[in-house]
Amino acid sequence: MLQNLLSPEFFNAILRATTPILFASLAASVAAKSGITNMALEGIMLFAALFGVVFSAMTGNFAGGLLLTMIAGGLIGLLLAFFVLNLKTDEILAAIAINLMATGGTVLLMLAISGDRGSSTSIASVSAPRIVIPLVDKIPFLGQILSGQNLMTYLSILAVVVMHLFLYKTPLGLKIRAVGENKNAAESVGISAKKIQYIALILSGVLASMGGYFLSGGYMNMFTKDMSAGKGYIALAASAMGGDTPIGGFLVSLLFGAAQALANMMQLTDIPHELIQMVPYLTTLVGLGIYSYAGMKRRQRLAGK
Amino acid sequence: MNSVKRFDMFRMFFSVLVALLISFVIIFFVSEEPVTAIVTLITGPLKSKRNMGDVVVAMVPLIFTGTGVCIMFSANQINLATEGGFHLGGLVAAAVVLKMGLPAGLSPIVAICMAALVGAVFCAIPAVMKIKTGSPELVSSLMINYLSLWFCTFILMHFLQDPSVGSASYKLPAESELPTLIKGTNIHAGLLVALLVAVLGYVFLYKTRTGYELRLTGENEAFARYSGINIVKVILISQMVGGVIAGMGGGVELLSPIYSRFSWVGLLGYGWDAIIICTLAKKNPLYTPLAALFLAYLRTGASIMARYTDVTLEIVQITQGIIILLVVAEQFLSGMKHRMIAKEAKASLKEEEVA
Repeated sequence: MLQNLLSPEFFNAILRATTPILFASLAASVAAKSGITNMALEGIMLFAALFGVVFSAMTGNFAGGLLLTMIAGGLIGLLLAFFVLNLKTDEILAAIAINLMATGGTVLLMLAISGDRGSSTSIASVSAPRIVIPLVDKIPFLGQILSGQNLMTYLSILAVVVMHLFLYKTPLGLKIRAVGENKNAAESVGISAKKIQYIALILSGVLASMGGYFLSGGYMNMFTKDMSAGKGYIALAASAMGGDTPIGGFLVSLLFGAAQALANMMQLTDIPHELIQMVPYLTTLVGLGIYSYAGMKRRQRLAGK
Repeated sequence: MNSVKRFDMFRMFFSVLVALLISFVIIFFVSEEPVTAIVTLITGPLKSKRNMGDVVVAMVPLIFTGTGVCIMFSANQINLATEGGFHLGGLVAAAVVLKMGLPAGLSPIVAICMAALVGAVFCAIPAVMKIKTGSPELVSSLMINYLSLWFCTFILMHFLQDPSVGSASYKLPAESELPTLIKGTNIHAGLLVALLVAVLGYVFLYKTRTGYELRLTGENEAFARYSGINIVKVILISQMVGGVIAGMGGGVELLSPIYSRFSWVGLLGYGWDAIIICTLAKKNPLYTPLAALFLAYLRTGASIMARYTDVTLEIVQITQGIIILLVVAEQFLSGMKHRMIAKEAKASLKEEEVA
């Protein structure tokens, strides 16, 4: 067991398990920075997981599939934004509605397209390729971890850097943070809060859809019913624990990815698999508790109590 | 009833109608026999006494979780653990009737009480975490739902499983089953318990001091705090009462005549359904039976439709999603509402002039 834990394969598996959570946590953080809790991540990921399979089969290559899935994800983000910002729907209830529609809609669509209820095995989808980085793969130990990952895993890490630069080094990123910090103050200097939040939610939808795409086109090679299995919710916790920053979210996602990888590896032991299934959720719950407790103590200290 | 309230009623019915129409359009796209499917969906539940009974039976779990969510949401505690609490309630009830060997009359009562107790403790986890660590109850409750699912599956597979049937418990003893009320249907005594819970939930929220404190905290927490209301108490009580009802609902559902074994290996979704019940009932437990009747009718219709045509049951989840979106959208039809209010104001002005 310990030997397995220290093997490069395990660290490789951590990065793989981190990828969907990371994309979704970036999606959560950009929405949160604009002042909106995007709980619809779960539903967007589920929709995207199915769309990825359907679109990649339609276009015959993964890039076309990914691009169309990202557009679809952005459209769901737009729909959420329209209801929350224009029709003044409660953001949590709107998200619950979208998640419900994702649970039912994906099954309905899959049945209509493939005639199968449980999984999309009959759809000839194309997964994103695994990439071997020349030279890096020759480095002992580290090479086996960093090279040979799925393209989406590299994209997710690239997305952390891009989102960090976007939020902290560009005028639009500044506006997003300003709106999230204080909507009225931002409006008083001529920023349209509504427009900025629209942009943030669409971007959030696109990022979440990339995580969903990876679920069915990389992590696995098909869509199965309810395959997002709470990863969107875990990402919501990851983003919150990372202070809604891309880099903080990345670190927490790595922790949750490690919990998932550990759970996957424990499947090989005698421990009942039902208990192993609890590991990622329990890790998230405990992590959230510890993080929130530390935050509460810090606030109390600052308040001079 | 003033005209604004009347308009809100109209808006709700209109939202439901729009959601149904959109669902029918979807059926037209996915089905080979859309007209038959839609007709079956609408008229199916009325076709036989048994089907009508199924509608009433389907209302029971919805009233329970809906009332639980009404109470938690009234205090603005967005705890979604009713899903897990319901599931756990079912498991506890099954374990009690299978393992405790109580006398026939006592067994179901003890089972349901234990289910309620466990539900309360379970739904209190997010509340305690919020009080002690400041964690948002939304995220923690979502996590413990999955913990509940896997814990129940673990207990089922290792302690209650009947090896001859796979993933289900041993057969529940017949004498612990809730009695049926009407011959030829499955309508059972649980319905009476559910209705009682809805009424008691209403009395608790609207006629007691604690209920008032809950609602005031839900409306404006800062104001409630300054008025001297103990927020910690509100957070804990609202979620525990919600949990009691959810757990009890799970216990009642499992002991109803439609289940003969505990076989829930996936989350059933009653916690999510509760959100739409709460939305339609406007957070008032007294209206949950009506909202549950609507959803149960739709569900039963859809399952009959799924049996006889090529449209699946999942279409209902889409309808539900659209209804939530439209009913909660404050600005939906707001132009019409404004025009109506303006027109009435003008009319009353004119009357004053005449007088």
